Amino acid sequence: MKQLRVLSLPYLVWMVIFIVVPIIMVAVFAFTTSDGNFTIDNISNVGQYANIFVHSIWLALIATAICLVLSYPIAFYLSRMEKHKQGTMLMIVMLPMWMNFLLRTYAWMTLLGNNGIINYLLGLIGLGPFKLINTSGAVVLGMVYNYLPFMILPLYSVMQKIDKSVIEAARDLGCNPVKVMFRVIVPLSLPGIVSGITMVFVPAISTFIISRMLGGGSNLLIGDLIEMQFLGNAYDPHLGAAIALVLMVIILAIMTVMNQFSPDDQVLI
Amino acid sequence: MKRLGKIYMALIIFFLYVPIFVLIVFSFNESKSRSVFSGFTLEWYERLFNNSIIMSSLVNTLIIAVIASIISTILGTLAAIGINSMRKVPKSIVMNITNIPVINPEIVTGVSLMLLFVFFAARMNMEFGFVTLVIAHITFDVPYVILNIMPKFKQMDPHLFEAAQDLGCSPFTAFRKVILPEIMPGIISGFLMAFTYSLDDFVISYFTCGATSQTLPITIYSMTRRKISPEINALSTLIFVVVVVILIAKNIIENRQAKKNAVYKGGRA
Amino acid sequence: MKKRRFLSLIAVAIMTVGLFSGCAEKTSDEGEEEEEEVYQQTLTIEDEEYYTRFKDKGISINVYNWGEYISAGAEEGTLDVNAEFEKLTGIKVNYTNFATNEELYAKLKGGGASYDVIIPSDYMISKMIKEELIQKINLDNIPNYKYIMDNFRNMSYDPENEYSVPFTWGTVGIIYDETVIDLDPEEIDWDILWDETYMGQILMFDNPRDAFAISEIMLGYSINSENPDELTAAAEKLKQQKRVVQGYVMDEIFDKMGAGDALIAPYYAGDALTIMEENDALNFVVPKSGTNLFVDAMCIPTSSKQKEAAEMYINFMCEPDIAYSNIEYICYSTPHSAAFEMLDDEVKESPITYPDEEFIAENTTVFVNLSDETNRLMQDLWTEMKSAEDETTNKWLVPVFLIGCLGLTVFVLIRRHIKAKKDIF
Repeated sequence: MKQLRVLSLPYLVWMVIFIVVPIIMVAVFAFTTSDGNFTIDNISNVGQYANIFVHSIWLALIATAICLVLSYPIAFYLSRMEKHKQGTMLMIVMLPMWMNFLLRTYAWMTLLGNNGIINYLLGLIGLGPFKLINTSGAVVLGMVYNYLPFMILPLYSVMQKIDKSVIEAARDLGCNPVKVMFRVIVPLSLPGIVSGITMVFVPAISTFIISRMLGGGSNLLIGDLIEMQFLGNAYDPHLGAAIALVLMVIILAIMTVMNQFSPDDQVLI
Repeated sequence: MKRLGKIYMALIIFFLYVPIFVLIVFSFNESKSRSVFSGFTLEWYERLFNNSIIMSSLVNTLIIAVIASIISTILGTLAAIGINSMRKVPKSIVMNITNIPVINPEIVTGVSLMLLFVFFAARMNMEFGFVTLVIAHITFDVPYVILNIMPKFKQMDPHLFEAAQDLGCSPFTAFRKVILPEIMPGIISGFLMAFTYSLDDFVISYFTCGATSQTLPITIYSMTRRKISPEINALSTLIFVVVVVILIAKNIIENRQAKKNAVYKGGRA
Repeated sequence: MKKRRFLSLIAVAIMTVGLFSGCAEKTSDEGEEEEEEVYQQTLTIEDEEYYTRFKDKGISINVYNWGEYISAGAEEGTLDVNAEFEKLTGIKVNYTNFATNEELYAKLKGGGASYDVIIPSDYMISKMIKEELIQKINLDNIPNYKYIMDNFRNMSYDPENEYSVPFTWGTVGIIYDETVIDLDPEEIDWDILWDETYMGQILMFDNPRDAFAISEIMLGYSINSENPDELTAAAEKLKQQKRVVQGYVMDEIFDKMGAGDALIAPYYAGDALTIMEENDALNFVVPKSGTNLFVDAMCIPTSSKQKEAAEMYINFMCEPDIAYSNIEYICYSTPHSAAFEMLDDEVKESPITYPDEEFIAENTTVFVNLSDETNRLMQDLWTEMKSAEDETTNKWLVPVFLIGCLGLTVFVLIRRHIKAKKDIF
């Protein structure tokens, strides 16, 4: 088998140039000024955006929690359906997610507008108009809508593997449904929960599209902040790199914590 | 319990589909209003098809996706074979690095590649555009190819390759006859995943595109930031229709195959 | 996990292409039929030879412009400027959009993307000249420069007319729904953007320079103030406005005001007129207390590789027919004498697009380039203003969450450890 190792050489070169070097460049940018001198000002300047970080983490957490709560019953229900129906049902649930996420977010933009259809329908029964768009709630809604499948799929694939007889055995041994849920199903689906959470949380915390389209520019998230430093109003790639670096560290920390929950210490992504 | 499950499922499906159906309905709306349907028209479709910017970005998207997914499949397949025959420590190092683009927020990958390309651009008279987009797409595609192929090796007997060589196969023939068929399903699913990701990607393309090549998602994004015309609705409708058709077709084919397999197995028994 | 998406997307592509080719043919047929009925704007070029120099050389230029800032032939009878240029010269135009001057600057400064023609505003032009991001234009190659009105030559941002060819100009004012806001237009001033009566119905500029200008005018400062205290005060004022603001937008305003999603917004006069065409309920005023007068001009970035082709494009934009077509479509004010003459009298006399000189002299100020420190400060204040601050109570939640996670981790680890021990026995 040894001679086969050579085959990975082109990829290894690619990997170093386009994965490792760019990450190093982010770090280098984060610790230098535009003249190329070493500085830690960029990193310490990130501190002034602490409230944006808090806001992003908070919104991403809410969205993740809602996704988990919404998805868990779906995944469970799906996995307990008759086998031949499962595929079709899963397809129906996943289908909207195969459209580009910009279009999905745009759909909510038109729904939530002051003159959108929700306020129009509410108006018919004499309510509103409510301010729906350009709020933190709209951003969370956008996150939930966009990332729900990232939660459903891993949960479903784990639950699908839970043997029916295990549940029956638990029941026969005197467990009530609640106990079955928390003593059998939840522990067995833990890997799915873990990977679901990371798969929702990571894109949610770093999005800049959803906050821009549904948050109306007054709900800055970490993603917006980074985008602003590179392509937006505040041009400062060094600060942007520093923010990106901090974001990476946060995510790394969260992933480490989350991986502790998966049973055999395997990295689940 | 069963009924509750059904109702819940219906609610979730309602939540997932309503925005899309509203989009579709209003793509036929005569006026630009998003809440009142004033009359049927196909005008927006006509305009969509006459929109040269959308057309050229669609072609760009396809070309980039095809090139990027083919290259990344080749690169990834070779890499997977090589990595598989590595010793434990280098293997885990390479796999961890390969995981970076998968785990990292897209915006960080986008920004890091942008920094790298800027660095190159300044020194090598290179321009942002088609080439940078393809490179960026390959970079985030390859890990998916590798991650799709690696599990296939686990199912394979590692000594088969050596056995084939002992029986007089050249390494290349042994590779072609023994390894390739085993990992083929992984290669195909990896390729398709890479292709999909390429078509769908917005964030990384946004940071690495130049003046000359715009992909469809980028065009959609700039459309949503300007005077919004129901052309977007029309585009969404078309995409949705295509998604539905393909998925149904795929589902039917899968079901038929499943039935055939069942018959075949039954016959043998 | 998106494994199955591929098929869908392939299909989209195939079908869209299929549909596309089919429909494109159809519509072009229909177009020909209709052509006789609809008034078709024509293009006459005096000096054809000038434009055909680069034909069949496979040259392409990259044009980076504001969104909705060129006639794209979207409406029947108008010219598709870029298509006409391509047809005439054989030069391919890659046309992309930006939303703010700062975005343009970031794209240019970041390097990588190379553009041949850009259209920044006054203060950005002087900043770019200073940082050598744009190069001198050879006016000999732009014979149509003769049409540029005298009062738009030798502007302060480009005193020698070396770097820029004016494209449009205009003022900033307030666009509002007069069916709801029943006030005498004379009375409307910037403070209406802070009015709590219209809570949640107000839109605001999503770029610091324009937003700060408004609050600086209200506070009686210069819109080119470099005084940190004044800037801080202006930011404070913007912070107060935040709770009544529905959203911070740029070109999204077309959609939001057009659809009646908001009642009041400050914006550029030309765009306001375009929106008003769509929504009759809207009106536009330029507040008496002063406003910003801007000039957007075409420039050639230093990184351009097709300078002559770029100059050709600029010259083309100054062709009377083209300039007229653009100005008709985008509704901004033109510095182009021949295009101005072609306009309807109604437009020429409109106080919105062409305010009299006295008004311009007394009530308007042009932005000048600010120092880097001031820009930095303005940006910081702006980001600080925009970031959510009403959630201070949530500051504890993240640490608590993290501690919770850690606690759970430790708990799980210990349990696993105990279990493992038990299993041994």
